[in-house]
Amino acid sequence: MRSVWTIAKKELKIFLYSPIAYILTAFFLLVGGFFFTNILAWANEQTMRLMQSGYPIDRLNINQMLFEPFFNNMAVILIFLLPLLTMRLFADEKKMRTEEMLLTAPVPLASIIIGKYLAALAVYAGILLLTATFAVSTFLYGNPEPAPLLTSYLGLFLMGAVFIAIGTFASALTENQVIAAAISFSTILLIWVLSWVGASGPGAWQGVLTYLSFFSHFRNMIGGVIDTQDIVYFLSLIFLPLYLTRAVFEFRKWR
Amino acid sequence: MIQVEHLSKKFANVQAVDDISFQVGKGKIWGFLGPNGAGKTTTMRILTGYLPPNEGQARINGIDVNADPRAIQRIVGYLPEVVPVYSELTVKEFLRFVAELNGIARKKIPFAIDRVVEKTNLQGVYGRLIRNISRGYRQRLGIAQAIIHEPEVLILDEPTIGLDPAQIIEIREMIRSFKESATVILSSHILAEITQVCDGAVIIKEGRLKATLTRDEWGKNLEIVTSSPAGDDICSGLKQVFPAISEAFVAGPALKLEFKEAVNDLNPVIRYLVEREVKIREIKAGLEALYMKVVLAEEGRRS
Repeated sequence: MRSVWTIAKKELKIFLYSPIAYILTAFFLLVGGFFFTNILAWANEQTMRLMQSGYPIDRLNINQMLFEPFFNNMAVILIFLLPLLTMRLFADEKKMRTEEMLLTAPVPLASIIIGKYLAALAVYAGILLLTATFAVSTFLYGNPEPAPLLTSYLGLFLMGAVFIAIGTFASALTENQVIAAAISFSTILLIWVLSWVGASGPGAWQGVLTYLSFFSHFRNMIGGVIDTQDIVYFLSLIFLPLYLTRAVFEFRKWR
Repeated sequence: MIQVEHLSKKFANVQAVDDISFQVGKGKIWGFLGPNGAGKTTTMRILTGYLPPNEGQARINGIDVNADPRAIQRIVGYLPEVVPVYSELTVKEFLRFVAELNGIARKKIPFAIDRVVEKTNLQGVYGRLIRNISRGYRQRLGIAQAIIHEPEVLILDEPTIGLDPAQIIEIREMIRSFKESATVILSSHILAEITQVCDGAVIIKEGRLKATLTRDEWGKNLEIVTSSPAGDDICSGLKQVFPAISEAFVAGPALKLEFKEAVNDLNPVIRYLVEREVKIREIKAGLEALYMKVVLAEEGRRS
């Protein structure tokens, strides 16, 4: 456990001493903010229009009109953002030739992987926390339901955690950070769009592919539903890439 | 105590290490000598538990490196060829990280850091970012990270590569001082370095062990390159005056001497030659002569 913390601390230091974390945060807040204000303006306009046409106002739902599209957009931004956060995790160690020192230190390989993973996850959690200002600001002017907001954030966090796990794995494959980012980006994107393939495929496949895609699970959580099935899905997609990362190192020894 | 028995390591289609065996006793400094790409680094990586061997066995203090790498890593300190440092951190932060990584108890970390900073003379750059320190300091920091957990065995891959002469001397002295507490293996392709620092050397070429030499052995051989040819009379004279010399003969521009045991004081021999107006240009320690013999003989046989 101590070695996990040692690695995570070092990793966090490097994140925070280098411009990466700040630039990514700024990028995420900028694009996120842009989407938020846009969707907010759209929701406003829709509400006005509906009110004018005599639609009962108590049936309008700010969670559905504002937050669902907002969280969906945030998820898409993450597909671009998180590979940039994770790309250096192992690739940089390899390039700077520090990997040998890490791997010959008396710590379990799993501690190194988990430590690095947790550091990236912490940076991500920090960025996510900053975006909460968008959500909190709506409480000043309206009365959104807090529960679906919280499950949405949990969903976003879990999905990001999966992206980071995939990125960690991709980073272990190469010493080139750009390649690492490209691998994680395309893997995440492909898993994302599995639901599209699923939608048009034959019956049995449809179910499998839809289950494998992030999309359906994330949608449940945005909708305010916490289903153990979705949690299990996300947790296993966190575990699998991290486990494969370990396998990469084991395999490389014998190559 | 390091025991290596019939060690082999094969990568995809390269036999990097091929049936190497040797032993290094406790408290000794041994050199790995050989041209680039000879398999020195691979052998060292096996000894640190970083790479598993395909065949054979390596044991450090009786522990099989392949069976229990974690136990090995606790007693081995390792300086890879490229100094492993994080340029974003300060020297202080880096040493703290390494100390924690090596499982040093929290309370003891400040003492461990003080000890290695003093030992490797890092006081001047302690608070600086690693990015901004010189090559020489980086190398010392690399050594500091290798010795922070007071390892019983120290493995140094080309510890003086890329340093200026003053730094080389400093690092060599540092390595010599480690002998008090650890068994040391270092690799080099500089013969003078091995003769000055090591108690013995393993000559590796193309993954194969070419020779195992000890200080006693190379100390017995000496080559004195002269600019005026020394005659046979000088040779026989030398043998008469110095009973320690078992063999003396002229080979080209060199006078080759073989002693019955390793020589400590060469001055009387040199004085004898100077008095007889032999002009000495260079004195080659025995290792160089032996190395050339081993490596060149091999090439001669092949061509």
